[in-house]
Amino acid sequence: MTSTSVAIVGVAECDLGVTNKSVLELQTQAVTRALADSGLSLADVDGIATNNVARFSTTTMADYLGIRPSWVDSSFLGGSAFETYVARAVQAIESGQASVVVVSYASNQRSAKSRSLGGVHEEHLPEAQFETPYGPLYPLSYYAMAAQAYFDRYGATREQLAEVAVAARDWALLNPKAFRYESGPLTVDDVVSSTMISTPLAAGDCCLVTDGGGAIVLTSSARARDLANKPVRVLGYGESTGHSAMASRSDILDTGAANSAQAALARAGLSTSDIDVIQVYDSFTITALLSLEALGFCGPGEAADFAAEGRLRPGGSLPFNTSGGGLSYCHPGQFGILLLVEAVRQLRGECGARQVANAEVAVAHGTGGILSHHSTVLLGVDR
Amino acid sequence: MSVSLKQVGAGEGYLPPSDDLTLPWWDATREHRLLLQTCAACRSVQHYPRYVCLGCGSTGHLGWEESSGRGVIDTFTVVHRAARPDLEVPYVVARIRLAEGPVILSNVIDVRPDDVESGALVVLEWRDLSDGRALPVFVVESEDAA
Repeated sequence: MTSTSVAIVGVAECDLGVTNKSVLELQTQAVTRALADSGLSLADVDGIATNNVARFSTTTMADYLGIRPSWVDSSFLGGSAFETYVARAVQAIESGQASVVVVSYASNQRSAKSRSLGGVHEEHLPEAQFETPYGPLYPLSYYAMAAQAYFDRYGATREQLAEVAVAARDWALLNPKAFRYESGPLTVDDVVSSTMISTPLAAGDCCLVTDGGGAIVLTSSARARDLANKPVRVLGYGESTGHSAMASRSDILDTGAANSAQAALARAGLSTSDIDVIQVYDSFTITALLSLEALGFCGPGEAADFAAEGRLRPGGSLPFNTSGGGLSYCHPGQFGILLLVEAVRQLRGECGARQVANAEVAVAHGTGGILSHHSTVLLGVDR
Repeated sequence: MSVSLKQVGAGEGYLPPSDDLTLPWWDATREHRLLLQTCAACRSVQHYPRYVCLGCGSTGHLGWEESSGRGVIDTFTVVHRAARPDLEVPYVVARIRLAEGPVILSNVIDVRPDDVESGALVVLEWRDLSDGRALPVFVVESEDAA
C-alpha cells in the first residue's frame, strides 16, 4: 500500500432535512463545525473548495468567512466534485500552496423548493437545441435510460434495483440523523409499486430532495498527528470526465466510472478486496449498482444479483452507504461531501449502531451530472 | 394505458434556439430533411453538429449529408412526469442509433408506451414547429413497410 502525505482531520454535517436557512449559513455551520471537530480554527485555513454558493463561489465564501486563502477550487462537476476537491487539496498541500484546506458544500433546496424535474436550462448549450425539445427529465431520464439498457443487456429487474433502496433504508434506521430514520423499513414491493417517474425508475428508486451539506478539513499527516482526532489518511484518488449530452456516449453503460475507480486503487496500491466500507453515490438505485461494478466488487452485469442477496444490508458482507445514503439519509443536490464525512466517521469508529467493525479502508465514489463525471477517493486509518 | 397518439412527445410549446453553426441543420428541417455532419477528411459522421470533427480533430472538412432516417432504439424511457407544461404524459424519450452510426435523442411517437422495446427498428417522422422548422421524431417501423 502507498499513500499520500495528507490526512482528513475534521468532519461535520450542517443542519439536514428542512432547515429554512440560507446556503451561506448552512455552509458556515458545516465549516465551523468541521474545524471545531479538528481542533483547528478559521485563522488556520488557507485553502477552500466549494461550489453552488454563487457564480463566484469561493470568493463569496472567503468573504463571508473573512479569510484570504492562498488556494481555492470551485470546479462544478455535479455531486462528485467533492472527491475531486480532495485530490486537488492533497496536491495543494503536498506542493506547499496550502496547509489547511476546508472542502464544504450546502444546499437549502428543499426549503427553497428550488429543484426542477426538467433541470436547469442553458440556452447556449447544444442540449437546448437537440435534447430539451424532447422533454427528458434531467438528470433522471438519463439514469432511467441507463437502467433500461442494463435490464436489456443483463436481464436485471426492477426488484433487483429496489434492493439498493431497501438496503439504504435499513442503514438509515440505524442513523438518527437520517431523513428516513423514523420512517420504518422499506420493502422491495414498496419501491416497485411507488409512483412511476421515468421508466424503469419509480419514486422509490430516486434519492431524497433535502437541505443539507457538510465539510471536511485536510492538512499534512505530520500536522495531523498533533491534533485530537485519529487522522484518516488519503490513500489514493482518481477521476474521469466524459459526456454532458444524453446521446454523446455510444454505449450508455460505458460511463468512465471504472477508469476513476481503478486509477484510485492503483495510486493507493490497493485492490478491491482491501476495502472494508463503501460509500457510493446513490442518486438513483442504478447509480449504486454501476458504481459497485466500477469499483470491481463484481463484474459488469453482476451487481443486480450481488445486491439481491442482502450483501448491502446491515450485517451483509459489503457495508454500503452506512449513513442511509442519498436514498434515505440526505441528498442536498450534491451528495459527494457526505460520502466523505461518513467514510471518515466509520474509519474513526464513531458510528454507533451502524459502525462497521474493524473498518480500516473506506472508499468514497462520486458520480456527477448524467453519469458524466466520476471521482474516487480511498481513505485509510493512519498508522 | 390510454394514449392520444399524436400528442405523445408533443413539444410545440418549446422553440429551440439555433446558432450560426447549426442554422443549416435547422433550415433543412423545414424541408423535413435530417442532416448529419460528415468529415470529408476521415469520413466520420457525427451528431449533434460541432465545430470540430470528433474522428480526426480537423475543423476544415465538416459538411452535411442527409440521414436515411432509419435506426434502432438503443434505449428509452417512458416519462410519466412532464418536464414542461406543454408536454402530455406519458411520452417516450429514446436514444436512436441511426443507420449512419450516430446516436440522436428523440421521441418515439404513435406507439403505446408499453409496446416500446430496445432494438426495435424505427423510421424518421416529423413534428412541425410553429415557426416553420420541424423536430425529427421516430415511429416504430411497421412490418409491411419493412
